[in-house]
Amino acid sequence: MDKDIYLTNVEIIPGKTIKQYLGLVQGNSIRAKHIGRDIMAGLKNLVGGELKGYTELLSEARDEATQRMIDDAKKMGANGIVNVRFATSSVMQGAAELFVYGTAVIYGENQ
Amino acid sequence: MIWIYPLIFLSPFILVLFFGLTGICLEYLHKKSILKRENILKKIKTTNLKKDHSNLEIHDSCLCVGSVTIASDYLKLFLASLRTIFGGRVRSYEILLERARREAILRMKAEAAAKHADLIINVRIQTSTIGKASSRQNANPMVEVIAYGTALISSK
Repeated sequence: MDKDIYLTNVEIIPGKTIKQYLGLVQGNSIRAKHIGRDIMAGLKNLVGGELKGYTELLSEARDEATQRMIDDAKKMGANGIVNVRFATSSVMQGAAELFVYGTAVIYGENQ
Repeated sequence: MIWIYPLIFLSPFILVLFFGLTGICLEYLHKKSILKRENILKKIKTTNLKKDHSNLEIHDSCLCVGSVTIASDYLKLFLASLRTIFGGRVRSYEILLERARREAILRMKAEAAAKHADLIINVRIQTSTIGKASSRQNANPMVEVIAYGTALISSK
């Protein structure tokens, strides 16, 4: 993830002053797994517990969605995104949508 | 060879019981590991307030995310479906979701600890069911839990 853009899920960037609010930015990603992993997850269903393959898949998808949101914010000339929210929804069997949204801002250093 | 017929008939039940008991053992081990890691990461405080009320000198901040996907086993599914007849607490699912939430929070804390954070503010925990097929009513539920918050790093 980019180091030059600040992400927070509060209304401010702690320790910085916000100069300008640019508006809503968003990113989404829908991922499906290949069938081999689906079968492995099906087997894991026998004993229950964590499904590592799905956890990995969803965190990859989340990183991609976040990256898209960051690209969107950069296009607007922002250097920070505040009030970031994550949402997950299932669209079909074996696929999930990850959605990230926030408000792009321009911040300046404190006096 | 007459004894083999009831065995064939009972084999799915025996397998479900066997895997279910294995699942319970794994659950116990996971709980022990959660308690151990919670003790290590105790120094990072978390709050779901939007502001930090401990007058920390803030140097830097970053977004931290932890997520986990968890599934129940068929023994639990069977026990839960029995429970729906009489109503009441579904204990096996309560344990499962509590485990998932604590694991997600721990992963978020571990990410914050890697960045030497002192406090995580505005923690949000979100649960969603994924991969639920409309055609399979009795499908095993898969639950994803995300925990995220803003980690504050104090100036030293």
